[in-house]
Amino acid sequence: MERSIILARLCNKGRGGLSQRGISLNAFLEVVNARVLYGQNEVLKGVNLAVEKGEFVALLGSSGCGKTTLLRSIAGFNTPASGAIRVNGRDVTGLPPDKRGMALVFQSYALWPHMTVDQNIGYGLKLRRMPKATIEARVTEIKRLLGLDALGARKPANLSGGQRQRVALGRALAIQPDILLLDEPLSNLDARIRLTVRHEITALQRRLGITAVHVTHDREEAMVMADRIVILNNGEIAQVGTPEDVYNRPASDFVAAFMGAENLIELSAVTKGDRVEIAAGSFNSAAVASARGRTLSGPLNARFRGESVELSDAGGAILSVQGDGSLRLSGVVEQTSYPGGLWRHVIAVGPAHVIVDSPRSFEIGRRVSIRIPEEALFLFPKQ
Amino acid sequence: MSARFDWKWIPRGIALGILAFVIFGPLANLLLWTVTERWYFPHVLPLKYGFSFWANVFSPRGNAMSSLGTSVFIATLTVILSLGLAIPAGYALARLRLPFRGLILLALLIPQAFPNLPVYVNIARIFYQYGLNGTILGVVLVHVTHGLVYAVWIATAAFSAIDRELEEAARSMGASALRGFWDVTLPIAAPGLLASAIFVFLESLDEFTGTYFVGAPDVTTLPLLLYTAGAGGNYQIASITALILLVPSIAFMFVVERFLRSDVLSKVGH
Repeated sequence: MERSIILARLCNKGRGGLSQRGISLNAFLEVVNARVLYGQNEVLKGVNLAVEKGEFVALLGSSGCGKTTLLRSIAGFNTPASGAIRVNGRDVTGLPPDKRGMALVFQSYALWPHMTVDQNIGYGLKLRRMPKATIEARVTEIKRLLGLDALGARKPANLSGGQRQRVALGRALAIQPDILLLDEPLSNLDARIRLTVRHEITALQRRLGITAVHVTHDREEAMVMADRIVILNNGEIAQVGTPEDVYNRPASDFVAAFMGAENLIELSAVTKGDRVEIAAGSFNSAAVASARGRTLSGPLNARFRGESVELSDAGGAILSVQGDGSLRLSGVVEQTSYPGGLWRHVIAVGPAHVIVDSPRSFEIGRRVSIRIPEEALFLFPKQ
Repeated sequence: MSARFDWKWIPRGIALGILAFVIFGPLANLLLWTVTERWYFPHVLPLKYGFSFWANVFSPRGNAMSSLGTSVFIATLTVILSLGLAIPAGYALARLRLPFRGLILLALLIPQAFPNLPVYVNIARIFYQYGLNGTILGVVLVHVTHGLVYAVWIATAAFSAIDRELEEAARSMGASALRGFWDVTLPIAAPGLLASAIFVFLESLDEFTGTYFVGAPDVTTLPLLLYTAGAGGNYQIASITALILLVPSIAFMFVVERFLRSDVLSKVGH
């Protein structure tokens, strides 16, 4: 009995272990039907979100989708017009930011220019009236954790971007918040530092067991860092799921496109039982996909990623049904380029243009066939 | 190779010379008068130099030191009262979405917009009813109406220049609004506020008209002493008093120049 509990705990430590059990009953941080208005403009249109203790959740979306507004509502800098925000079952919707036990890391870092690194990191502890020696010890510990040992006496103006970012993170971690909120903290760093800081932050968060909500517009950043990704579109949640979920099983046309399946083809299909039968068209073969509970009939939007398909010379009867049920498109190469690793081709498929990667290059003007495996094809009803 | 003389420099030199004379001529005359014992028409320079009038000014009977004391006391009170009003007002104008924000800023200019004399005569009349005439408090109030424009405008600019996220970061770390203001906003705004304090101080130190109508003859500030001495033909006393007034002005201007950063200046009146 005891062993199984320990085992379960161990399993939960694994990536995504907590969240894969689905919607939790005892969420640590809960956003319930939050609506936020800026004047007449509804920025959040009833958002529901549950975050478990120790989980790392990324809010992902393009600019203006409401992700920062959601984060600021959680932090207490925006008051929702309706709805509630709960921490550990306690309603904090009406509480000011300083009473919520959260720490926000700002995109601009918002370090206080008149204080040294030590004073910036130690400020939250000073507010908690900790003895000087304790504060000093904690600040030293944080500095060691973040590799800021030698910089304690410097002012923020004399730090590099990466160092400022770490001071901002250290300041937030020093108060040992229940919830760490990160507002695009990596977007002002240059690309190479960004990659290492990503891993530093997730490693720290796991080690300290902090619940974290991270706002980003960078798809890869969200995929790499988060246990669960919340994709926001136009003030609403488009999909919540693990990185594999949102990448391989996008719930909507928007999510598919946002997660990189930018190639769009229009098809027509009928659902028969658990099979979606795609009708052959002037540029595509007939194909079969499993319905997985969906009823897709009539015109469809089909999306796929350029790197998950196969490109080959157009054979004879390419538009006939293939044995594996995969979809084939026929087109003409219009443009090629070599971005590194794979060759990139712009291919005209009837009126549409798709971008497809291939290990070998096909010259311009050649007729080619694109094979899209069933798992790489995302089908949505056409709006 | 001979360096060619640029003839354009002749009018420029003349213009600069005239400008320098306009600025420094009166100052040189003032300095000369402070060390003059005897000087009358038609002599170009004083006949006798000496410091006997300095001894006169700084003697216990000379009034200058007590006037200086009164002036500094009034200026200090004016600064405290102005900043006490300007800090909350400036913060509110900078941070809150106040209706008629522009109008409020403009309203502070009104005391300056009308001719001083009628305004002060009427203030004196009103103050007379409340027994404020001839009191330090009365003079301080007049100076505050004068200094508040600088104080509020500069304080508003100083607070506007502070990134709101710096305050939010303090809140996020657990500081109450007041604590965050005290620990973060105020120290960052301090240079701007110091500059506005200096403006108000100098404005009060120099102020004549209002002091004359509200304060005289019971309250004697340095400018009033200067006026009396000048009107009595005692140019030595007047010049020495003027010099005493000039010293803090110049000293403070250097301080202001250092502290008033361009990001604050660019927000004045916005």
